Amino acid sequence: MTHVQDGLHYTSTHEWIRIDPKNIAYIGITDHAQNLLGDMVLVDLPEIGAFLDSGDECAVVESVKAASDVFTPLTGEVLAHNEQLQQNPGILNQDPYGDGWLFQIRIDDVKELENLLDAESYQNLLEDTE
Amino acid sequence: MPVLGMIGTGLDNARQGSNMAHQTPLYQEHLISGAKMTDFQNWSLPLNFGSQIDEHNAVRTQAGIFDVSHMLITDISGAQTKAFLQFLLANNIDKLTQAGKALYTVMLNDAGGIIDDLIVYFLAEGQYRIISNAGTRMRVTQWLEQHAQKFDCTCQIREDLALIAVQGPQTTSIVCDVLQSTQANHCLQQLKPFHTCTLDTWCIAATGYTGEAGFEIMLPATDAVSFWRNCCTAGAMPCGLGARDTLRLEAGLCLYGHEMNEETSPLISGLGWTVAFEPSSRDFIGKAALLADQNPSQKLVGLVMTDRGVMRPQMSLYTAPNNTSELAGSITSGGFSPSLECSIALARIQTQSPEYLFIQLRQGWVKVKVTPPAFFRRGKALIDVGRN
Repeated sequence: MTHVQDGLHYTSTHEWIRIDPKNIAYIGITDHAQNLLGDMVLVDLPEIGAFLDSGDECAVVESVKAASDVFTPLTGEVLAHNEQLQQNPGILNQDPYGDGWLFQIRIDDVKELENLLDAESYQNLLEDTE
Repeated sequence: MPVLGMIGTGLDNARQGSNMAHQTPLYQEHLISGAKMTDFQNWSLPLNFGSQIDEHNAVRTQAGIFDVSHMLITDISGAQTKAFLQFLLANNIDKLTQAGKALYTVMLNDAGGIIDDLIVYFLAEGQYRIISNAGTRMRVTQWLEQHAQKFDCTCQIREDLALIAVQGPQTTSIVCDVLQSTQANHCLQQLKPFHTCTLDTWCIAATGYTGEAGFEIMLPATDAVSFWRNCCTAGAMPCGLGARDTLRLEAGLCLYGHEMNEETSPLISGLGWTVAFEPSSRDFIGKAALLADQNPSQKLVGLVMTDRGVMRPQMSLYTAPNNTSELAGSITSGGFSPSLECSIALARIQTQSPEYLFIQLRQGWVKVKVTPPAFFRRGKALIDVGRN
């Protein structure tokens, strides 16, 4: 059973969201997602300054098995992206919730947070499928 | 990101219809190790034990150990075994001039298509052994039985044996360490490629599917678990099918069902070298069909892509970066090469091939370099990746 981290929000498409007090969110992919994909070999991240609408395809993670799209769960401007993943995509496998964060986004619409799952709901979703 | 429909590496195969996949003698051992298991040709096998890239790199630099007991081991014996195999196989086992030698060959149907690729071992006078693929088990067994009837010989499937591969530069020292026997040391330390050592009920062959030095060990199933454990303790890293596939792709070794099948002749599968047309007096199944096709219109090549991305099986290749240009061929096996840190592939293309071909990835058209179909062996790159 893969690990679901407490204190984060989740989507049904296996992204996690960490809300920084300053209305900024970190986005990444869950342990379930990295486990399904296997060893990562390439990561394409959104450009800093890019403006994203919630639901937009904004990143690609490619593993030994397949490429997979990442969708932003929130609307806002990309403030940062995790450059070390370009050199070392394996970090996504080793530490998906920590050093494996993909990008940082400014939260433009706090109401969108209501659409997100909490850890327990995401855990239940996984139990139904794993 | 969506839950994936995998493009796959060719390793994700649907079950054949039986209600439970076969298990090797090491199945429980793999579960205890926490291996990520997968179904391969109706066998439950480890895909990886953690990171397949780490496993791949371990084989290239030290040693890895693979459970390949899903493969079919058939012993053939009797007065006319040699004649039978000389008729059955495209390569000529007469090349096995003494016991203790092995030969890689394809086995053809009457149309010259490949039923399987396999290694045949000359164990002793009148005694040979064939190791063939799990996926072709039924077809190969039926084919052998059908043709063996015409010769004074019998075929016996060795379900009492397990097959374990140890591959990488440290293999000899690890296996000698484990076996702790003067006889084993003496035999293994001077064992040449494609030669075998028989030690009581074990047969150790200097063969493999990784492009590194190593052994494939045929041993009683009852010895498998302890041998596996001892090799791991001695420094061999457990490796699964994921690493097996990236290693063999880098080495340019064909995978049945990808580079070849019953519809492809060895001449368009990069396996023409395994066919022994000489001596011309030897007849073998498929010979006539191959002789009639001495100018094949296709060939197998390697591809290297230095741009970001990964080439995958069945992707199409074009002579220019647009769909209206000529379709040159398609990829038979593709993936990411951990040793070269870029994507590599094997492809079947038209015989007239330019230096570069074009493929469509998500970012658009990408140029790929055509190379000989082998990329990395014995710790060394065989091609110039050409990055600055």
